[in-house]
Amino acid sequence: MNLQSKTARAPAAATAAPKTLLRFITCGSVDDGKSTLIGRLLYDSGTVADDQLRALAADSRKAGRAEGELDFSLLLDGLSAEREQGITIDVAWRYFATPRRSFIIADTPGHEQYTRNMVTGASTADAAVILVDARKGVLPQTRRHGTIAALLGIRHLVLAVNKMDLVDWDEHRFVAIRELFASFARQLGIDSITAIPTAAPSGDNVAAKSPNTPWYDGPTLLDYLETVEVEDRLQAAPFRFPVQWVNRPSADFRGFAGMLAAGAVRPGDRVRVLPSGREATVARIVVREGDLASAVAGQSVTLTLAEEVDISRGDVISSLVHPAGVSDQFEATVIWMGDAPMLPGRPYLFKLGAATVGGSLSHLKHRVDIDTLEHMAARTLVLNDIGVCTVMLDKRVAFDAYAECRDTGGFIIIDRIGNATVGAGLLHFALRRAQNIAWQATTLDKRSRAASKGQRPCVLWFTGLSGAGKSTIANLVEMRLHALGLHSYLLDGDNVRHGLNKDLGFTQADRVENIRRVAEVARLMADAGLIVLVAFISPFRAERRLARELMEAGEFVEVFVDAPLAVAEGRDPKGLYKKARAGEIRNFTGIDSPYEPPEHPELHIDAAAATAEDAAGRVIEYLREKGILGGP
Amino acid sequence: MTALSHLQRLEAESIHILREVAAEAKKPVMMYSIGKDSAAMLRLALKAFHPAKPPFPLLHVDTTWKFREMIAFRDATARELGLELIVHTNQEGLRQGIGPLSHGSEIHTDVMKTQALKQALDAHRFDLVIGGARRDEEKSRAKERIFSFRTATHHWNPKDQRPELWRTYNLRIDPGESVRVFPLSNWTELDVWRYIKAENIPVVPLYFAKERPVVERSGQFIMIDDERLVLAKGEKARKLKVRFRTLGCYPLTGAIESEADTLDAIIDELERSRTSERTGRVIDHDGAASMERKKQEGYF
Repeated sequence: MNLQSKTARAPAAATAAPKTLLRFITCGSVDDGKSTLIGRLLYDSGTVADDQLRALAADSRKAGRAEGELDFSLLLDGLSAEREQGITIDVAWRYFATPRRSFIIADTPGHEQYTRNMVTGASTADAAVILVDARKGVLPQTRRHGTIAALLGIRHLVLAVNKMDLVDWDEHRFVAIRELFASFARQLGIDSITAIPTAAPSGDNVAAKSPNTPWYDGPTLLDYLETVEVEDRLQAAPFRFPVQWVNRPSADFRGFAGMLAAGAVRPGDRVRVLPSGREATVARIVVREGDLASAVAGQSVTLTLAEEVDISRGDVISSLVHPAGVSDQFEATVIWMGDAPMLPGRPYLFKLGAATVGGSLSHLKHRVDIDTLEHMAARTLVLNDIGVCTVMLDKRVAFDAYAECRDTGGFIIIDRIGNATVGAGLLHFALRRAQNIAWQATTLDKRSRAASKGQRPCVLWFTGLSGAGKSTIANLVEMRLHALGLHSYLLDGDNVRHGLNKDLGFTQADRVENIRRVAEVARLMADAGLIVLVAFISPFRAERRLARELMEAGEFVEVFVDAPLAVAEGRDPKGLYKKARAGEIRNFTGIDSPYEPPEHPELHIDAAAATAEDAAGRVIEYLREKGILGGP
Repeated sequence: MTALSHLQRLEAESIHILREVAAEAKKPVMMYSIGKDSAAMLRLALKAFHPAKPPFPLLHVDTTWKFREMIAFRDATARELGLELIVHTNQEGLRQGIGPLSHGSEIHTDVMKTQALKQALDAHRFDLVIGGARRDEEKSRAKERIFSFRTATHHWNPKDQRPELWRTYNLRIDPGESVRVFPLSNWTELDVWRYIKAENIPVVPLYFAKERPVVERSGQFIMIDDERLVLAKGEKARKLKVRFRTLGCYPLTGAIESEADTLDAIIDELERSRTSERTGRVIDHDGAASMERKKQEGYF
């Protein structure tokens, strides 16, 4: 196209009506002409400055274009250098404005890490522009884009049927693609899709109506983006206000700061505070300019209540008549984003709104094949997998179904070690089980049970490689305890695997479950007043931490039986290393499965240097020092 | 139905981010660089925590080469608002006489800005630093996160940044690590000016056109702000009606010829303006991908 022949739209002039904001995501690959389409939108809206335009003209020539012909995709090329360096770009953000609206584009690269990237970009988008090449029609990737957009709650889908010039502006071709995609969208529960025939380089039906498609009487892409209505639904929903921060500058002011996730609020409204369930009345809506008469979804305000109610960060102030749900067990769709796989039973942190709570995932129902929507059986989720599972939290939280409200139904999953964001989830509904099983209070407690034995319960957790000497040392320690007349029990890895855990193998997921069960058993035994010795390889920090957190403070003693691999392998009392080296056993710790050494064990025993007797002596000595055992 | 305006939405989002910071960071600080973005960001902080004061101090890394009007504006702002202002200068650099005129923009920026910032962060043990960068400033910033994680040695590992979903940010860090957060990520230059206008926010007078003494150097109009700028042979001081689109160290900041002496005129000029914002920054021209490299080194 000729730079002189068409002029870009005049820059936005000030207009009377305030501008609104639309956030949308663009899905498609470079081959579909996505970069060119976005570049064209920026150009047609007057966002491209003269110096950038001169650079573009020069770059276009360099890229082999004819004099005066612009390659709009080059406007977005700021990321090519990083791409070459192998830096992960999950979402690139673009901005442009017309007199009616400002736009934020979440542009997700189409190739690797696609699911993770698109989920991230879609999470804040109001609309999605899905590109197809008119020559190729609806491809598996088109379905994938539609599926993720629908999953993340985007209700406005635009199908840009691009490269129409290359199919001679064939109306039948366009209609066939539109109908095929519309029927797929209905399966996803999306009724309204808008299909637009476009040719991005020449701008046909991008910002200007195309003379080549007299048979098309719908909007141009920019018309559609400028007018699509996105706010109504959330503002009409019941009031939700996740409390971010308690504002208490002095004794006479106590406000709750946050952003309305849904609905509207006015002073005098009766509300319910969750998860406590307390009722209250909104007194004021405070902002710096003065009090407001009302506030709606999307506004950040500070509320004060007429009553003194105990509220902290993570609570949700909600409509009295239609309150949010409260639970600690949910069914949820989880999108895995971590490099390490999701392990059922492993403790993670969950952040839902402003609430951060410990918990775990279990009962992986299935994995979803994103191309076919088929349900596949799965034991774990790996990077970019999507699955449906149970979320079990340590505490009850207020929530809504994600489909009803993103901010109170979407959560992220955080690895407790290293703090990476390893997943995202969408809550569907609460599971009843938690509500129906209450903790049964018993008359006798741990203290009284321990007192009758004349001892203090504790859990001695021996961790280390196979062959390091854990069982031998633990056995010696137990003999000494017995000689002192104390009541103990030794849980040995091999023995437990013969009974309680005989259904488990040695995959990462099974190892996590193995430790979770034995940690729970150790806790019950400590509750019975016993001194519990656990001799398990327990290779992962996360599960040892889980075990530690199950016990009372000071009750858990981590004993790291530290033998270098060469020493342990040299001993090889059960001949296992030999088999592992020969490939007869898989997932063997130290060979083809990792061992994560403890960072701060209570006791660190150099098993290459110390004899088992010395090591046992050190454990007993430690117990005396800490007052867990009486004097000699 | 109340349709929120685009500025209302941007404001609400930035306030939300600042409150997450206050709730989760142990020792946050807000970078205050005195420019228009800092002015808007400071207003957002006042709003986010009203009636309380922002629960963090302001930090200005003073290279000693800022425009005099900037320093006067900085001190008056902190005083009027009653906010704690920490001013840090790299004393070692000062002793060595490092400056943009004698050492060039690259060394000056590294020693007096990047190193100075690290010194200040280490000395005060800040775990979270709020900055005013926007994604639209430069092509390479388009993929920036709102929360950017740094190792204990202030290094930015582009491969190890966290996905940001919804408004649910993961701010958890280990001791020694730190976070940089950019609440204005989604604002454009015009958004900032429209907000300044709508909110009646005071800004440094250098943004408004006025006759100022300048000298032309490498195609840029450099203002002669004090006696340290000595004219080279053949250079001539001129009085021109100019204003600044961005503010920094005066020998590194190019002025533009302009008649815009009110906020309306500035917005009007920008709407018609056909050049991008960072053309007036000498440091961006130091080499291809220079911003990217500076960031990995710890520049904001």
